[in-house]
Amino acid sequence: MADLVLKDVEKAYGEVKVLKDINLDIKTGELIVFVGPSGCGKSTLLRMIAGLEKISGGEFSIDGVRMNDVPPAQRGIAMVFQSYALYPHMTVRENMSFALRIAKKSQAEIDKAVDKAAKILQLTPYLDRLPKALSGGQRQRVAIGRSIVRDPKVYLFDEPLSNLDAALRVATRIEIAQLKEAMPQSTMVYVTHDQVEAMTLASRIVVLAGGGIAQVGSPLELYERPQNEFVAQFIGSPSMNLMAGEITGTGAKTTVRLANGGMAVSAVPTNAADKGLPVNIGVRPEDLVEAAGKSPAEAIFTGEVEITEALGEVTLLYFRRQGEAAQVVAKLPGIRPELRRRTVSLGADPKKVHLFANGTSLLYR
Amino acid sequence: MHPALQAFVVILVGVGGCVGYFYASNLVLDKILFPARGPHAGRNINRASAIRPWLFLFPALALLCLYLAYPVFATAWLSLHGRSGQFVGGANYIAMFGEPKFAESLKNNMLWLVVVPAASTAFGLLAAQLTDRIKWGNIAKSLIFMPMAISFVGASVIFKLIYDARDAEVAQIGLLNALWLKFDGGPGSFLFLKLLPFLLVIAFVVLAVALAGYAAQAVAQTRKDFNGRLLAGGIVFALLVVLYAIWGAVGSLWGLVMWAPPFGQPQNWLQLPFWNNFFLMAVLVWIQTGFAMVILSAALRGVPEDTIEAAIIDGANPFQIFFKIKVPQIMGTIVVVWTTITITVLKVFDIVLAMTNGQWETQVLANYMYDKLFRSLDWGMGSASAMIIMLLVTPILVWNVWNVRKEMK
Repeated sequence: MADLVLKDVEKAYGEVKVLKDINLDIKTGELIVFVGPSGCGKSTLLRMIAGLEKISGGEFSIDGVRMNDVPPAQRGIAMVFQSYALYPHMTVRENMSFALRIAKKSQAEIDKAVDKAAKILQLTPYLDRLPKALSGGQRQRVAIGRSIVRDPKVYLFDEPLSNLDAALRVATRIEIAQLKEAMPQSTMVYVTHDQVEAMTLASRIVVLAGGGIAQVGSPLELYERPQNEFVAQFIGSPSMNLMAGEITGTGAKTTVRLANGGMAVSAVPTNAADKGLPVNIGVRPEDLVEAAGKSPAEAIFTGEVEITEALGEVTLLYFRRQGEAAQVVAKLPGIRPELRRRTVSLGADPKKVHLFANGTSLLYR
Repeated sequence: MHPALQAFVVILVGVGGCVGYFYASNLVLDKILFPARGPHAGRNINRASAIRPWLFLFPALALLCLYLAYPVFATAWLSLHGRSGQFVGGANYIAMFGEPKFAESLKNNMLWLVVVPAASTAFGLLAAQLTDRIKWGNIAKSLIFMPMAISFVGASVIFKLIYDARDAEVAQIGLLNALWLKFDGGPGSFLFLKLLPFLLVIAFVVLAVALAGYAAQAVAQTRKDFNGRLLAGGIVFALLVVLYAIWGAVGSLWGLVMWAPPFGQPQNWLQLPFWNNFFLMAVLVWIQTGFAMVILSAALRGVPEDTIEAAIIDGANPFQIFFKIKVPQIMGTIVVVWTTITITVLKVFDIVLAMTNGQWETQVLANYMYDKLFRSLDWGMGSASAMIIMLLVTPILVWNVWNVRKEMK
């Protein structure tokens, strides 16, 4: 049971502000994921919530209680570190019970909590081993177990999967999802740079960029209705194609004449005053379809395929760059390696065409 | 010949000799013993490379045998001989164990052995931890490390001046006596000479009891399947240690209450039996603290930061973080530092020689040996005491090497 509220939170190292104007309202039972490029301050924000970093400005509260100056142990939080941070000289049992022993809980209470957590995480056979005798996945489970034992209000995860290999990462990701399922009342904050983790785990994603929040929303909201070009390109892989153009037709549907000679129709409504407005259209690679039979002036994009990457279920087409424009990537269903070196015209459903003016989506005006 | 020219020739012969040895021995190995040609070329190459390391090791091994191994056996042999060279068997050892001065040395060495490594390691750890996060920590560390650059004899001279005593009428040049004469029996004296030591002794007893209790609790907690009889024995032993500590503390508290300090009289610190040992030990602690600090400081830096952060989140206070997270992780290094200083302590000689020369009940084994060997010219007795020192050092040395190798893994 915990609502977290961050109000105008900022972090400054001397003169340099690495985070500013962070306003966030986290509800009980949510799993919030912070994503962003490296150096965007997502880990710093998590450490500020944990109390490992001082909050330079603004206010942070849990359940309405101001937490800015409360020591980490009394915030009712538990944290799982990227490097596991297990105490190497203690057995699994001692690692998991350390917080309770510090808190001077009774032996019966400690044993009960540890045994319960060990059962959930299938660690019971390893309780008397030292961390060095465990595999990476088991170590991470011990780190999670160390949090569960404390029964915190808020769980904090700092890139918990990035030290694991690919297969284990998927397995542990599902374990975390199951853990969340088993504890619907606990609030979790999760930091990652991996957008697959973010999309699959989050109830809401917070995209951080340039020291601020770029957008907060459910994974599909971020995918379907990105607020700005940064979020549009950050979510989804390969990232969204952006092409420059100018609005020529307005109304319920907007027509854009593109600088590459093509034309796009978007379902984003515009008003008559927008005519002539320079915009970027955004289309995800998976939303581009072959526009056979359309002339280059009617298609969104026409170009020569430079490289194809056939992944089996889909084929990625990388088009030859035209002048200064960014490379265009399309993701077509099926196996299509024969398109290499061919000239292909692409179109898209108007509902899937995003419009950005000055980097901001026209949907959110 | 001109001395400089002589030195030059020596260098030339020495270096040339080395180069010549390695070149010639390898040549013999490769061309004559196992030539890398003919029907057995492959086998010969393998054999040659198995032997080659020994070619390089041989000079060092030979010199080590000559200068280290042989003297051990020669000393052992000498220790069985009398003053005029006749074989006497174990008589030297028997005579030595009957000598009060030898018993005194043994007792003092034990005292040194307990106090100096413990104090140096504790102060070193304290200095390492306290200087870890502060801006001028490195300057502080350099200052604490500085005594390492001073020879034991030089340090002894410095401390001899600190302990120096003059007549009460003239100004004191010894720092300790200058401070001592400030005490006049007033409230300040009561505070520092009665109350403070009183509290320290009580604190020591409380600490000892708490430590014993904590250890017993830890043993009972973590080793549920621990052998019951062994556990009971351990508890009885811990109880005995605690009782002994309390008994000693009560005794010293009574002594403290009864003690009438000789105010206004400069003291010859080095002539106060029993206590003068501690004044000598101070010199070695002063020197070794720097050594312990440098090694432990590096070890502390190696403790992963996130284990400390995890402990902070788990609710540990700074003392718990230090004693339950940091110290256990550097325990290996602490043991290495401790045993290394222990070995230095067992060999302690120059400090005692320079400050008291073993008078006033400060004799230690190494100085005792020196007395027998070079003052009484009794080679048998001297060698016998040297053997005793070696016997005492060897187990600690073995343990030390074992620990160092464990740390290196």
